[in-house]
Amino acid sequence: MYKSLLCLRYLRTRYIALASIISMTLGVATMIVVNSVMDGFSTDMRTRLRGILADVIVETNSLDGEPVTKDIRNSIQRAVGDDIAGMTTTVEIYAMLSVQYGSQWQSKPVTLIGIDPATKATVGPLAQYLEHTKDNDIPNWELSPEAMAYRKEWTTRAQWMVDRWNHNPPPMEENEQVSFEEPVESNEPLPVPKFASDSKTASPFDQAPKPEATQKTNSTVNPFSNDLKASAFEKKEEQDPSSPLKGRVYIGYGLVSFPYEDPETGKTEMFQIVKPGDDVKISTVTAGQPPEPTHFNATVVDLFKSNMSEHDSSLVFCNLEYLQEMRSMIDPTSGEKAITSIQIKLKHPEDAAMVVSKLEEALPAGLFRVRTWEDKQGPLLAAVEVESAILNVLLFLIIAVAGFGILAIFFMITIEKTRDIGVLKALGASSNGIMSIFLSYGLALGLVGSGVGVIVGLLFVRYINEIEKAITWITGRKVFDQRIYYFPEISTHVNPMMVFWVAIGAMVIAVLASILPARKAARFHPVESLRYE
Amino acid sequence: MTETLSMPHPQLAAVAIEKAYRKDKHKVPVLRGIDVEVQKGEFLSIVGQSGSGKSTLMHLFGLLDSPDIGEIHLEGQRIDDLPDHARDQIRNRVFGFIFQFYHLLPELNLLENVLSPLMIRYSTWEYWKRKKQFRQDALEIIEKVGLSHRIKHRPSEMSGGEMQRAAIARALIAKPQILLADEPTGNLDSSTGKEIMDLLTSLNEQEQLTIIMVTHDNSIAAQAHRTVRLLEGQIEVLGKSHAASVPA
Ligand SMILES: Nc1ncnc2c1ncn2[C@@H]1O[C@H](COP(=O)(O)OP(=O)(O)OP(=O)(O)O)[C@@H](O)[C@H]1O
Ligand SMILES: [Mg+2]
Repeated sequence: MYKSLLCLRYLRTRYIALASIISMTLGVATMIVVNSVMDGFSTDMRTRLRGILADVIVETNSLDGEPVTKDIRNSIQRAVGDDIAGMTTTVEIYAMLSVQYGSQWQSKPVTLIGIDPATKATVGPLAQYLEHTKDNDIPNWELSPEAMAYRKEWTTRAQWMVDRWNHNPPPMEENEQVSFEEPVESNEPLPVPKFASDSKTASPFDQAPKPEATQKTNSTVNPFSNDLKASAFEKKEEQDPSSPLKGRVYIGYGLVSFPYEDPETGKTEMFQIVKPGDDVKISTVTAGQPPEPTHFNATVVDLFKSNMSEHDSSLVFCNLEYLQEMRSMIDPTSGEKAITSIQIKLKHPEDAAMVVSKLEEALPAGLFRVRTWEDKQGPLLAAVEVESAILNVLLFLIIAVAGFGILAIFFMITIEKTRDIGVLKALGASSNGIMSIFLSYGLALGLVGSGVGVIVGLLFVRYINEIEKAITWITGRKVFDQRIYYFPEISTHVNPMMVFWVAIGAMVIAVLASILPARKAARFHPVESLRYE
Repeated sequence: MTETLSMPHPQLAAVAIEKAYRKDKHKVPVLRGIDVEVQKGEFLSIVGQSGSGKSTLMHLFGLLDSPDIGEIHLEGQRIDDLPDHARDQIRNRVFGFIFQFYHLLPELNLLENVLSPLMIRYSTWEYWKRKKQFRQDALEIIEKVGLSHRIKHRPSEMSGGEMQRAAIARALIAKPQILLADEPTGNLDSSTGKEIMDLLTSLNEQEQLTIIMVTHDNSIAAQAHRTVRLLEGQIEVLGKSHAASVPA
């Protein structure tokens, strides 16, 4: 009884001991914050990486791809058919994306992925990442009514311009005032008349299924000298110019938008240079040896925004069949289409490793590489894990340092209390009783220290984005720049087990730190303690 | 002697006690063969020069320390060689201690200080069950020492005499059989010292409480039934008048 009473009184009358646990509180709070942020980061990154990939990915070793023959389909089905929840085939290739902005062409390197949206959606989230597709719709390559209307509007305007030029070519000086959608300022003569006269050979809208032929014709004309918008309707006699092209793409949001600071309001807004309904130009290489450059125009169907800036600024999805056609990946005799990867979603993602080994056996050696998405992103994930492990060790050291603080202060307190310890023994207190006063004192400090730490840490995590904004506002420098990091805002994930263990760890350290002084106090000789002044 | 006839065992006895302190391999003998017997209800005073070992003897009686040679007997039973937990219990139940410097716990108020031997004796649960009763007992004892108006005061807020009376109340709460008082008046002025002595005398007379008291002051020692003097580690018997007044 006296133990808890004295322990409480010591707590209440000795605020210096509370000072010793501030570092423990800070340690606990930082550990919770850092772990939650790291955890949020890696959880988010995992879901997003996985969103692009799938549980298991079978890739061809060559960018040329391999035809997915019946044999291969059958062996996959036989080996792991029961585990498969969804499967899709894709073609992945490096490409250049060219977007017209005003009169300028902007070209960027991209990863071009030919997909079949319906089956792609079965292996991972896709509709969720498409800006203009409802989350539970099955994504497709059709333009939305708004995109169609927009397309009709700009093609009609462009058509009007071409008609005017064709019938009454304007003098050069007037070019300055000519405007399409955006003001065009160009000294070059517009290439439209040339196209109009030579459409059959140079038109990218020809969409000839014979890649060799396309190849040849294209090599004669520089594709980038075309004004896309003006040329989109050149075949007006045969076809409605506002109907979308055969090539369709989802474009990464980061590729076609950039932050723009309004000089008046000072607010940063995202400025978007391409909308669904616009056309873009894509250049890549064909399959086969040697790879030949090839290019095609495609209509933007939707924007891809996974909020992982690395993906959003590098991925372009295109209709698979068309890409296979443009890259001549279709065998002219058998009609078999080559692919570069097969993405598989499993019923039980935990079994990925087993599925991988089964597939490795079943598939012909040397042609395919089978990996889980985690293997594929291994270095990135491992880096995050190593980082958080190191941080945890460092932060736990803070708590350990706090432990030494408690140790020192406890020694001082036991010395200060020497005489009282003698008195307690004279009154019949046992050594264990004396020891437990100081142990429970340590436990109480640990409890307060880690309790406050947990609360502070959780509050910090809860309001981390507000805090980030406040710090940005105070310092005037952006702490979390979304252009540098993967995510638009700091995402956190609080793992209750982590919080529990951090709190327990801190308390254990506090108790451990009080064991030594407590034992010392318990061993004080009562007579010497009483003589102590 | 009369007491040995009427009682088979003295209540507390020191038998051939020797005690030396070791200091850097030098043995400093303090007590060299002490024999003291204390009867139930007796008021014994121990006098002697400073450094003669009076406190040492008290600590040995109270089981706060162990003799090098010799034995301590309680009701004829040897108690100095008992295991620690038994010695703790005897300290708690048999002895009440009073010190020159009061030794109250500074974090506790008067009432809590008085209750502390009971808190030590009982587990938390047991204590809470009987809390009311204990509090009642404590208030009675505090009343007896005349401190009812100070129960919420901390030791630092009390005078020396009040603290010593509080210490006496604390020593009495566990209903001890023997009160060990080491210079209870040593730090008090003579009139306050007299109050304390009156309190001790009345406890001895009214409740037959055995008291062993160390003092420097001969006039205070004279208020006891019997006085022994420590000289060079041995008892110098001052027989005479006191012995006659030992209650039979
Ligand atoms: N821990 C110790 N180590 C060495 N010597 C000690 C120790 N404790 C006490 N002594 C010595 O033992 C002797 C007796 O001490 P004790 O305290 O019993 O004397 P005392 O009679 O109570 O004196 P006082 O009247 O001043 O209180 C003293 O000479 C003291 O120096
Ligand atoms: Mg002394």
